[in-house]
Amino acid sequence: MTGSTRPPGNHRRLWRHRLRRDRALLLMTVPGLLLLILFQYLPLLGNVIAFQDYVPFLGFRNAEFVGLANFRALFADPAFWNAVANTLIITLLNLLLFFPVPIALALLLDSLFHERIKKFVQGVMFLPHFISWVVIVALFTQVLGGAGVINQFLLRHDMEPVHIIGNASVFKLLLVAEVIWKDAGWACIIFLAALSAIDSQLYESSAVDGAGYWRRMFHITLPGIRPVIIILILLRLGDALSIGFEQVLLQRDSVGPDAAEVLDTYVYYFGVQGGNWSIAAAAGLFKAVVGLILVLSANKVAHMLGEDGVYRRP
Amino acid sequence: MRYAANRPVWMEKPSPLLTVVKAATLATIVALVLFPFLVVVSTSLSTEYAIAQAGGVVVIPTEISFAAYEQVLFGGVVARALLVSIGVTGIGVVLSVSATVLAAYGLSRPDSFAHRPLLFTALFTLLFAPGIIPLYLTVKQLGLLDSYWSLILPTAMNAFNFVIVRTFFSRLPQELFDAARVDGASELRILLRIVLPISKAVVSVIALFYGVAYWNAFFNAMLFITDESKWPLQVILRLYGLQGQQLEVDPNQIPPPQQATQMAIVVLAIIPILIVFPFVQRHFTKGVVIGAVKG
Repeated sequence: MTGSTRPPGNHRRLWRHRLRRDRALLLMTVPGLLLLILFQYLPLLGNVIAFQDYVPFLGFRNAEFVGLANFRALFADPAFWNAVANTLIITLLNLLLFFPVPIALALLLDSLFHERIKKFVQGVMFLPHFISWVVIVALFTQVLGGAGVINQFLLRHDMEPVHIIGNASVFKLLLVAEVIWKDAGWACIIFLAALSAIDSQLYESSAVDGAGYWRRMFHITLPGIRPVIIILILLRLGDALSIGFEQVLLQRDSVGPDAAEVLDTYVYYFGVQGGNWSIAAAAGLFKAVVGLILVLSANKVAHMLGEDGVYRRP
Repeated sequence: MRYAANRPVWMEKPSPLLTVVKAATLATIVALVLFPFLVVVSTSLSTEYAIAQAGGVVVIPTEISFAAYEQVLFGGVVARALLVSIGVTGIGVVLSVSATVLAAYGLSRPDSFAHRPLLFTALFTLLFAPGIIPLYLTVKQLGLLDSYWSLILPTAMNAFNFVIVRTFFSRLPQELFDAARVDGASELRILLRIVLPISKAVVSVIALFYGVAYWNAFFNAMLFITDESKWPLQVILRLYGLQGQQLEVDPNQIPPPQQATQMAIVVLAIIPILIVFPFVQRHFTKGVVIGAVKG
């Protein structure tokens, strides 16, 4: 807007003029950007220890550089590959079991016309998103645990108790169930937005033409929210190596690392707890780089499919 | 019926069967969400006898007692941790909301100086996380280990919340500011006097997001704080609620049942969220979050 009306005069004067004009705005950005630089960008330098033989006592200025030795040690560690496998399995289970739930919930909410009921159900569904993982693990133990409500009920009615909490073979499904309880309601907010953006005239004219509920669902509703569905699937794939860290950390010890170790907990236990700082930093760097590549390629795929993707095409 | 009026005229009347199925589904969802809360509150309010009668977990309280709350609230580790959590959350929210609103306003005008590189600096952080070990080393180098600031500063600025506010600001009509600018009002004055009063919805939403994040955070405290007297409530809850450690009790009194005290700590960890949530909930769908997500 202002770019075209500005006189084409001296470039440097223009630069100085804009700097003086906008100095108040620039000052306002300082605290926020400083926080991001200190705690998001500065830590990137700390990744240098992935290429060193780091000992906390000596600090990284005095540490010896060892090239890629830490990565070689990491890739030779079966516990690392176990963590990678667990991470990918949980991501896949999440995509299959969690992902459809918010879409279904959004369709259900969208079909309600009683405002009061709709508001109430929505509020109840959003609430668990704001509950901490520590509390959620406590809630699940109270209901599903060995001495929980369900097992009490089963015992009282002379039925076999179910072994859910602390059972390695169902641990990953338990994680997904917890994520559904916590976040499925909240996740439907974005589908609700997409649904409300569909032109209601489309529905009206197709209904007048005799299209029934299911026909409208498959020809208007689902195509209407398709871009959002694709973006969210891609986002999740791009984030495939990140599993809710606090959630797993809190429950890992109940079933042991074979079933429960994911990449982030591997970094924490092997690095921070075990003192293998350099190798664990290598694992963290591996995760960050692969994650970035995944996000960028997921976005590329979105563009190829003709969608906007996470960020717009340049 | 009243709600029938909201149904568009072209839509066929729902069949009674469908209505029943829908109502049952909604009731099930609401019950699945609220039931665990009921169990926790009921157990926290029960006596030893009632808990033993019920078999360890109480769904409907029979004998009510506030002994568990008296024990955890008056003195001791839980009360201390509660204060730490309240302090960290309070100071954190003020700091986070100020930094976010200032940065969002400062970067809300696309023609301002260095707008693109600065915006990129903020948005790029959405694509990567610094990682546990580098973050730990940074906090250590800054001398923040075992300081309350380590629970605030690393998460004080969140690019996602920044995007929400910035999108809202950049959609405000420019005419609002032009007159003030012609009158020579400073940018800070425009932000405080004109922009903020019409942005209460978006500010309260991100204040809730930040507040919940500070209140619920547990891992950063585990990583950065070794001094037990500085632990926030979530860490204490994990210790006594999940890992089954026993709280110290007054030897002159009969202690309340352990299940009740554990659940009382859980209730304390939930209550602030239950209090604030309904006030902010109506803003979620008012285009605040949704507008930002779509924009």
